[in-house]
Amino acid sequence: MSEKRILTAAEQPEAGAALKKSLEMTKADVVFEVRESNMRGRGGAGFPTGVKWNLAGAASGANKMVICNADEGEPGTFKDKLLLEKYASKLLEGMTIGGYAIGSSQGIIYLRAEYPYLVPGIMKVREELISKNFLGEGILGTDFSFDVEIRMGAGAYVCGEETSLIESLEGKRGEPRNKPPFPVNSGYLSRPTIVNNVETFVSVPYIILNGSEWYQDLGIGSCTGTKLFSISGDVENPGVYEFQMGSTIGELLEVAGVKDVQAVQVGGASGTTISAGELDRKLSFEDLPPGGSVIVFNSSRNMMDVLENFLEFFVHESCGQCAPCREGNVRLLDTARAIRGGKITSREELKPFFMLAEVMKLGSKCGLGQTSPNCFVDIITKFIDFPDGKGGM
Amino acid sequence: MPNVSVTINGVTTSVREGVTILDSCKTAGVEIPTLCYHPDLSLAGNCRMCLVEVEGWKTLAIACVTPVTPNMVINTHSKKVRHARRTVLKLLLAAHNVNCPECERNKNCELQELAEKHNITFNEYQTSPKPSSIEEVSPGIMRDNSRCIMCTRCVRTCEELQSVAVIRPVGRSASVNISTFMDLGLNNVPCTQCGQCINRCPTGALFETSEIRQVWEAIEDPEKFVVVQTAPAIRVGIAEALGLPTDRTTGKMVAAIRGLGFDRVLDTDFTADLTIIEEGHELISRLKKVLVDGDTDTALPMTTSCSPGWIKFIEHKYPDLLPNVSSCKSPQQMFGALSKTYLAGKEGVDPSKVICVSIMPCTAKKYEKERPEMRDSGYKDVDYVLTTRELASMIQEAGIDFDNLHDEKYDRWMGDSTGAAVIFGATGGVMEAALRTAYEIVTGQEIPFEGLNIIPVRGMEGIKDAAITMPDKMASGFEFLAGVTLKVAVVHGLANTRKLMDKVRAGEVDYHFIEIMACPGGCLGGGGQPIPTNPTVRKKRSDAIYEEDAVLHFRKSHANPEIQLLYAEFLKEPLGHKSHELLHTHYTKRD
Ligand SMILES: Cc1cc2nc3c(=O)[nH]c(=O)nc-3n(C[C@H](O)[C@H](O)[C@H](O)COP(=O)(O)O)c2cc1C
Ligand code: SF4
Repeated sequence: MSEKRILTAAEQPEAGAALKKSLEMTKADVVFEVRESNMRGRGGAGFPTGVKWNLAGAASGANKMVICNADEGEPGTFKDKLLLEKYASKLLEGMTIGGYAIGSSQGIIYLRAEYPYLVPGIMKVREELISKNFLGEGILGTDFSFDVEIRMGAGAYVCGEETSLIESLEGKRGEPRNKPPFPVNSGYLSRPTIVNNVETFVSVPYIILNGSEWYQDLGIGSCTGTKLFSISGDVENPGVYEFQMGSTIGELLEVAGVKDVQAVQVGGASGTTISAGELDRKLSFEDLPPGGSVIVFNSSRNMMDVLENFLEFFVHESCGQCAPCREGNVRLLDTARAIRGGKITSREELKPFFMLAEVMKLGSKCGLGQTSPNCFVDIITKFIDFPDGKGGM
Repeated sequence: MPNVSVTINGVTTSVREGVTILDSCKTAGVEIPTLCYHPDLSLAGNCRMCLVEVEGWKTLAIACVTPVTPNMVINTHSKKVRHARRTVLKLLLAAHNVNCPECERNKNCELQELAEKHNITFNEYQTSPKPSSIEEVSPGIMRDNSRCIMCTRCVRTCEELQSVAVIRPVGRSASVNISTFMDLGLNNVPCTQCGQCINRCPTGALFETSEIRQVWEAIEDPEKFVVVQTAPAIRVGIAEALGLPTDRTTGKMVAAIRGLGFDRVLDTDFTADLTIIEEGHELISRLKKVLVDGDTDTALPMTTSCSPGWIKFIEHKYPDLLPNVSSCKSPQQMFGALSKTYLAGKEGVDPSKVICVSIMPCTAKKYEKERPEMRDSGYKDVDYVLTTRELASMIQEAGIDFDNLHDEKYDRWMGDSTGAAVIFGATGGVMEAALRTAYEIVTGQEIPFEGLNIIPVRGMEGIKDAAITMPDKMASGFEFLAGVTLKVAVVHGLANTRKLMDKVRAGEVDYHFIEIMACPGGCLGGGGQPIPTNPTVRKKRSDAIYEEDAVLHFRKSHANPEIQLLYAEFLKEPLGHKSHELLHTHYTKRD
């Protein structure tokens, strides 16, 4: 596998070409094509996009909604920003195709609070698309209408979680909902709703234009397509790179120019921390869930600093709704500090906190609490030595 | 919904598709611990106590929210589940001010009970003990956030049952807590002081503002003549508050209260009957003004005024409809005013020495007695209000063996009760009592319901209504009502009240009289009643109340002998000069 530029290629397909083709297909065929492509959502959780669209399309309920998750709150992630800046036309086209596929005429972009300066650019693209009849009333002479508005995010990491995002859009406190019901059945204002990541929507026009088989040939196994990675930290050329799914983390680091690696954080603060010995692991949902960010730490970094930093982030960002996450992250941070302070000196003393980490993963209400202990487990297991062995259980 | 087959802990059973795992386990006799779940409220799923394992799921499922699906395989005490539950429980305990002996809810706390059941004797996650932090002080309700476990039952109660919505989670992560708008405090927001949040708090984070100490001091002061009044709903709540089965225990209650050392034990039922006379005449007078005089200033429907939570609610939310509220004080406040005038005279004591204590199922009564207009006797009409729970706590402190007491009777002058007064404690009771009396006043005949039981206004439905057509032959002076159909409605819980009042405001309903109780079930479900509350408990209390009505000798307010004496000797006539001075009041628009 290797670097491969499709979404970020210099040569881009003509705006509206994929939409035109979609409108000539039946809705079911559009959903089918996306489903067959095997594309999995690019927002982190990796849910198959075609399956989501199929469920929303089949759901009963009026005024279905298409929501683009542009909250991009995962630390170290800036790939959606690039797409919003340079490829907004493909984003709006992907959303419009989504609207056609599920039977919705209304789209919302939930834009990260720190990105207000992107609004004029996106709105300009919207105007252009409307003027070409790719957006708005009666698109390309059909009876399909679709338009998109931008709403600003609330500035909380948890608002990137789709149900919390929906609560926030409804003007409520941004707290995750219980599932079921899932948004595809009852989302924004109880309407059937698809929430997809920016990159997910941007990928759609390419799938439609080139077909699902072409897309399946990119990547490995059930992890198809290309994926953007925001690479930062101790690298020579930080930035956004596009790679095929299934590329190894080592291939990525080589292109970005990394010499000295102690650890790599894959998939943001809630992702996986790997050591220098694991660089041949593959970026895929089966092996190393990719998320959007890759942060490199060289050997000068104290991994306990890194851990404390991540845990402080989660302690700050937990919505505080459910007990394991609200209380758990604080305890994990206390524990990390106790290790540094020499108050915890053995694996044995850590046992209850590994149990806590496990319960948080199993019992928290949303992805935040379910993944926040990852860094604790990974860093202590892989990087911290105790007299009675490495930190893991 | 069709039935589906599910396997719970290895046993396959058939349950209705779509019911929750929690309910299907309950049916199968498997208990699952819960904290944020409450049968009166929507599902929050935030405490994570009810985690169970579902085969094929990556994470554990919460039983309270998750519906069963065909062939679901559920395990409620696998190793994973047991570890998760114990860990969640320990986390909640670690974040809780575990000072049980000093807590109002010691021995009646859901968190404590779960800790006991799960044998939590050591907590690895305990850091430093959490100190008490009283965040809220208001006349009726106090909050100590150090005991809060963020289950949001209070928040949901306030919003869903009461449509008041003055409390919310604020902040994030471990510093999240329940607070009022801008941290203003319950006293400075449109809180109705109904105390329904207290009744649904699983721990001791919410409790009443106690006046036990002041009451003991009054009893112990030889200078003071301490009279006590007991509200209708106390007699079906006190046994429960003492850990006994729900029952009507009026005689034992009187004996216990007398045993505490009060100088006179009297009955709010007496002034409940008085309320019926005054309010009944007020209704008839309003009907006459509208029907005969064509007066457009007189507001109909008239609403009751005995629930202070309702009064505060309308003052905040429907100030334009205040003219619709009866001018009658609540029975508690009528009692207070009479205790320091009529009763002091009868007993030959200096009214300045009289201390009036009331035992109420209600926290809003604590607020009501502080209202500046409630001083018509020349003194503060009611000095102290204790909830049913506080009374139980005094009885326990005094070492009184309640269950083995012999029945005793109330003292005289203001101790007579009727069945009509007793049913004030249940939703629909005031309406039934009023109809029993008003119908008889205007027609000269008993209301034509078998056994005087006006069934259409009874029961737990949120909004009930009834229509009663007057006969052609009326008592002298009331001929204007001949053939008129009187339309009445009964509502309980403020969310239901809001629905009805919106219709009243919009002119969509043509009721003449509406009974409104702030609390679900009426006073029997009041914020001062024993905890827990739920539909089953409220039904039991309601049954006990209607039993008491059925066995009492007098069933109609105007038949109360002491009420007759009060009018003959003191008040002279309903809505008369003295009544207006002592028994009627006015309201205040609030925003
Ligand atoms: C705490 C938390 C934060 C999240 N933040 C984002 C985000 O910023 N952007 C995003 O696309 N998805 C985010 N997600 C994932 C969303 O919940 C959801 O899975 C995603 O938007 C679905 O789109 P996709 O299927 O196209 O990936 C977050 C999830 C969690 C639990
Ligand atoms: S896991 Fe954390 S962020 Fe998610 S609902 Fe629970 S407290 Fe909120």
